[in-house]
Amino acid sequence: MPPVSRGAPVNIKIDQFIKLIAEGDFTGAARKIKEDNVLPAICGRVCPQEDQCEKECVVGRKNKPVAIGNLERFAADYERESGSVELPKVQPATGKKIAVIGSGPAGLSCANDLIQLGHAVTVFEALHELGGVLMYGIPEFRLPKSIVQGELEGLKKLGVNFVTNTVAGRTVTIDELLKDEDFDAIFIGVGAGLPWFMGIPGENLLGVYSANEFLTRVNLMKSYQFPDNDTPVFNCKGKNVAVFGGGNTAMDAVRTAKRLGAEHAYIVYRRSEAEMPARKEEIHHAKEEGIEFLLLMNPLEFIGNEQQWLTGAKCLKMELGEPDESGRRKPVPIKDSEFILPIDMAIISIGNGSNPLINQTTPDIAVSKRDTIVVDINTMATSKENVYAGGDIVTGGATVILAMGAGRTAAKAIHEKLTA
Amino acid sequence: MYTIISSVFLAENIKKIEIEAPRIAKKRKAGQFVMIRVGQTGERVPLTIAGSDPEKGTITIIVQGMGKSTRELNSKEAGDTISDIVGPLGTPSHIEKFGTAVSIGGGVGTAIAYPTAVALKEGGNYVITINGARSKDLVILEEEMKAVSDEAYITTDDGSYGFHGFVTQKLQQLIDSGKKIDYVLAIGPIPMMRAIAEVTRPYNIKTMVSLNPIMVDGTGMCGGCRVTIGNEIKFACVDGPEFDAHLVDFKNLTDRNKLYLPEEKQSAETFAHQCNLNKLG
Repeated sequence: MPPVSRGAPVNIKIDQFIKLIAEGDFTGAARKIKEDNVLPAICGRVCPQEDQCEKECVVGRKNKPVAIGNLERFAADYERESGSVELPKVQPATGKKIAVIGSGPAGLSCANDLIQLGHAVTVFEALHELGGVLMYGIPEFRLPKSIVQGELEGLKKLGVNFVTNTVAGRTVTIDELLKDEDFDAIFIGVGAGLPWFMGIPGENLLGVYSANEFLTRVNLMKSYQFPDNDTPVFNCKGKNVAVFGGGNTAMDAVRTAKRLGAEHAYIVYRRSEAEMPARKEEIHHAKEEGIEFLLLMNPLEFIGNEQQWLTGAKCLKMELGEPDESGRRKPVPIKDSEFILPIDMAIISIGNGSNPLINQTTPDIAVSKRDTIVVDINTMATSKENVYAGGDIVTGGATVILAMGAGRTAAKAIHEKLTA
Repeated sequence: MYTIISSVFLAENIKKIEIEAPRIAKKRKAGQFVMIRVGQTGERVPLTIAGSDPEKGTITIIVQGMGKSTRELNSKEAGDTISDIVGPLGTPSHIEKFGTAVSIGGGVGTAIAYPTAVALKEGGNYVITINGARSKDLVILEEEMKAVSDEAYITTDDGSYGFHGFVTQKLQQLIDSGKKIDYVLAIGPIPMMRAIAEVTRPYNIKTMVSLNPIMVDGTGMCGGCRVTIGNEIKFACVDGPEFDAHLVDFKNLTDRNKLYLPEEKQSAETFAHQCNLNKLG
């Protein structure tokens, strides 16, 4: 039994919940987890446990660590599927109104804590559907949408008010929420924004997508059901698809392309597998599904036909040189190794910048050089009074569990501030 | 769900639709757009806002039935609902006192040229409008354009009304007549906007166009609407939709808008077929 709960960004009582599972009290285990983690069925599936709780597991020093993530997932699924989910108790109303911007993992965890503490919570979402990246980004095969919907239903039952189709900074500004709509505090969890491209020639050819666009079309707009759903997406069937990047989103995109019928689905990555930011488990799954890994390969240019459709990517082979500032061995080009990889579709998955809409309309919220919102990491407070922020808009592209941790830290600080 | 307050045809296949959307009505500025999803299986379609009534809490859009989504939207009547509308999106038109400003609308593009003409007038400019259509029965917003203009011109391709010719020819005529023009805004089909850019380029007249690339979210998340401006990639949904016409890579925009032609055709044909079946039933 792992005696510690170190390594879990939301301080789950790991030893206690595993003990309950060992005793056969699966529902009790789920409730124990939920004292600290509001979305265990989601975290159990998508969080990088091997770098967090499982890394700290003492059993792992001599053997394989306890599979904490899978146990978490099991307990949460058992509770839901056996119909024994119990709504937590809500504290008496405080009369305070809080707006949460964004219904992704940061916003949902913040809303959950605040509603239980007795505050009135309204969550504003830009898209027509709730859930943020959990709905548009992470594919069904990794996180079933019904699980996200189940968690959302729970929050609705607790009294959280959800408003879709509302873009903070456009439909309503932060100042208007504070002044005109009388919100006492605001939590900004809008996630990352503008996808990065590589800045190489040919990126505007037909058939070149960002991972965000490809995944949004497939997951949120259900383009795999075209024409029953109106939104189309590039037809991968029998085609060669290359995903450029080595993170979890790249793995999601390439596995999605393969499942949509791609003949060859490649990961093209400029470093070696050891440097890949994706979870080992995701890389493993991708390989099992027949994804072809083209490592140490750097794209130089996309090439198209007369109609401007993509036909290939000119790439350069690399080898590993000396470690760079990040400690990772830097890839250096192998001379005269250029070749053309024939592909019909390219998906760029090298990360995201920040969405500028809130910064543009709320100049008194301090931002970093990368346009991420600057916060006090102990409270997630921004430079603007009563405005807090967390998740990818603060950290840049990170994980679901880190975003949830930020949402909870902010909820605690907001509660203390408003009830002081 | 969002309720349609009124829905009337302005010309064949072009409808003016007023929708209840109080927050958007309060905030929208000239040049901004909304994303609309007609039904639960619908796609997200960007449509520029033609006007709004903040008191009443409504916005107006003017829609030409082209593909499935716009035709489905145009089949809606007052009292019907649509699933989703979000906005106002995009950067508003840049308005200042330029001097003499020409607002040019081609076809349904007039629906967007009109609110910007209003904003230019309010900004203290001498406003000239050129309202172009293929023929007389396709001319829209004639009275509205006239009311806001210091000079208003209508052009028709077939000469059935107003000036016989294209909006570009009318603009060239104005320039040739020695009129000093300080600013041009052109909104319409891509070939028209591209041609206007070539008319004003030799005279260095500041010219803006409103681009209509394919979008998904419209909020700066997917990058599908990227356009080439100068040598830079810009996102039309947050950086635009208005850009300097002399820097726009119109060929790239034209090519990228062809991405889903077979799918769009398939959807439109299925929709037309279903409409005919309904009529028979």
